[in-house]
Amino acid sequence: MTRIKREIYEKEISACSLFGAMNRNKERFTGEGVISAIANMHVRGNGLGGGFAIYGLYPKYKDCYAFHIMFERRNKDAKKETDAFLSMNFDLVYDEEIPHGDAKVVNPPLVWRYFVIPKKRREEENFSDDDYVVQKVMHINTKIEDAYVFSSGKDMGVFKGVGYPEDVAEYFFLDKYKGYIWTAHGRFPTNTQGWWGGAHPFSILDWTVVHNGEISSYGTNRRYLEMHGYYCTLHTDAEVMTYAVDLLMRRQHLPMSLVARIFAPPFWELIDRMDENERKLLTELRMVYAPMLINGPFAVIIAHHDEMIGLTDRIRLRPLIAGVRGEMFYLSLEEAAIRLLSQKLDKVWTPNGGEPVIVRINR
Amino acid sequence: MEIDASKLTQKELNDAIMDCMHSGVKKIILRNVYGQRYIGTRLYSPNNKVEIEIFGTPGNNLGAFLDGHRIIVHGNAQDGVGNTMDDGVIIVDGRAGDVVAMSMRGGKIFIRDSVGYRAALHMKEYLSKRPVLVIGGTVQDFFGEYMAGGIVILLRLNLGNTLHEANFIGTGMHGGVIYIRGEVERHHLGKEVGVSKLDEKDEDILKRYVGEFAHYFGMDKKDIIKEDFTKLLPVLKRPYGRIYTY
Repeated sequence: MTRIKREIYEKEISACSLFGAMNRNKERFTGEGVISAIANMHVRGNGLGGGFAIYGLYPKYKDCYAFHIMFERRNKDAKKETDAFLSMNFDLVYDEEIPHGDAKVVNPPLVWRYFVIPKKRREEENFSDDDYVVQKVMHINTKIEDAYVFSSGKDMGVFKGVGYPEDVAEYFFLDKYKGYIWTAHGRFPTNTQGWWGGAHPFSILDWTVVHNGEISSYGTNRRYLEMHGYYCTLHTDAEVMTYAVDLLMRRQHLPMSLVARIFAPPFWELIDRMDENERKLLTELRMVYAPMLINGPFAVIIAHHDEMIGLTDRIRLRPLIAGVRGEMFYLSLEEAAIRLLSQKLDKVWTPNGGEPVIVRINR
Repeated sequence: MEIDASKLTQKELNDAIMDCMHSGVKKIILRNVYGQRYIGTRLYSPNNKVEIEIFGTPGNNLGAFLDGHRIIVHGNAQDGVGNTMDDGVIIVDGRAGDVVAMSMRGGKIFIRDSVGYRAALHMKEYLSKRPVLVIGGTVQDFFGEYMAGGIVILLRLNLGNTLHEANFIGTGMHGGVIYIRGEVERHHLGKEVGVSKLDEKDEDILKRYVGEFAHYFGMDKKDIIKEDFTKLLPVLKRPYGRIYTY
């Protein structure tokens, strides 16, 4: 029996793609491998966002905060206002337009990098440098029309835009840069538009997050973060995760093992079976940090200097694979992307939902 | 027939496989496979069944809707192996990711090592079509979730004397049977499954499919089968019937 010809369903079935690679000896490597790995998951995205975070990026300026700032519609007034704001609040060590070529990206904004040192005055002396920088970044994001800070950490940077990740990499010549941690993202926006600010990674100071999924607790998380001075301006759910790690890990000094339990707490019935100490701890975490529970399906790769972390929601509604080869550690949504870089792996596994994979540099 | 997949997209690769099949080739060897999806799908061919041997890492939904062909993977597979597979055999000489055998409705899958979350999710059976999944290693949470039919055998060969850690085994299960080598703690099981005694029929099923598993991976069937198995059956045929309004 031959089949009757049918209309073929044309919807593109996609999801985001994530990839992370880290050299645990802190040896820097170029982006070619990571770019080919994220490009290998091309079909997961739809060309509406791609981006990279690189650590160990600017050794020459490693004591300066490196600001990557984008100006929507190449708005000159926004640039002027930002320049004025920065020179009032920082010593500018060096700045330039981030070099770029031609590539298949959509409506590129002006993207500038500044290497700066905080210039605190009077009562601002009480702030730590990091807190000072967070405050200034929030000012730029919320008060200067068309200016958005892509990243603001030391010796690291975020490059992102609207296009497939491999196109964004080509646009910014990322194969020429070196770093010891690279994370990458290919986007398939679910609820909001694809725009340069909404591409991943999201970053504050040296924290970056790339995310696959849908944070249905966004509203609750966002309001809680606003109470702590973080303002979400990028119209995308994953932004809350970035500020949440800065709040919980940098400011409140919680270890990632606990932060993972806050984002993705075990079910009450599992908590009930734990021994008394653990039960008490997890009960308190769920009470105190209820507004920081990240609900909905997610897989994320979080990074900051010396550490890369992979985490999925507690019932693993998004994939994540970990692989190790010698000093290289990989996190990916698909094993094939890891194998492309390293055919042989010492170990490869599926992490449990809600349990973080924490990769640190060798000391 | 050999195909070098290194430069091929998933569509090009699957088109090439289909061309091979239509030209009467019986065995297709794929080299340098890196994540191409749906390998073995779209191969509708009632009279000509092929064997596809894969070197590399096939992408998601390997053998989805598989129509009676045979797939052998030398390496690991990703998520969704045998998704809604209809007939045939998939042998993975390695591990596999999440949702192995999701909605599988016929044929057999053998995985040498462990698999990820939700293996056998909503596997089903009808009359003579009874899918079989044999996993050599262990599983993660939600194993057999919403299972509606079929035979699933979990061998735990890589766990030594430790027990399974997977939680919520058989949550929502309402058909089919799961055999687990060794014991399972009650609190790892979902509310919808119960432990039953094995009878002669069960022993026959185990001998047959564990034998086939051992044959593919060069192991000794007797060593595997001598240990006791736990048999899990659904408690109810329609566990959520009461929460519907009609």
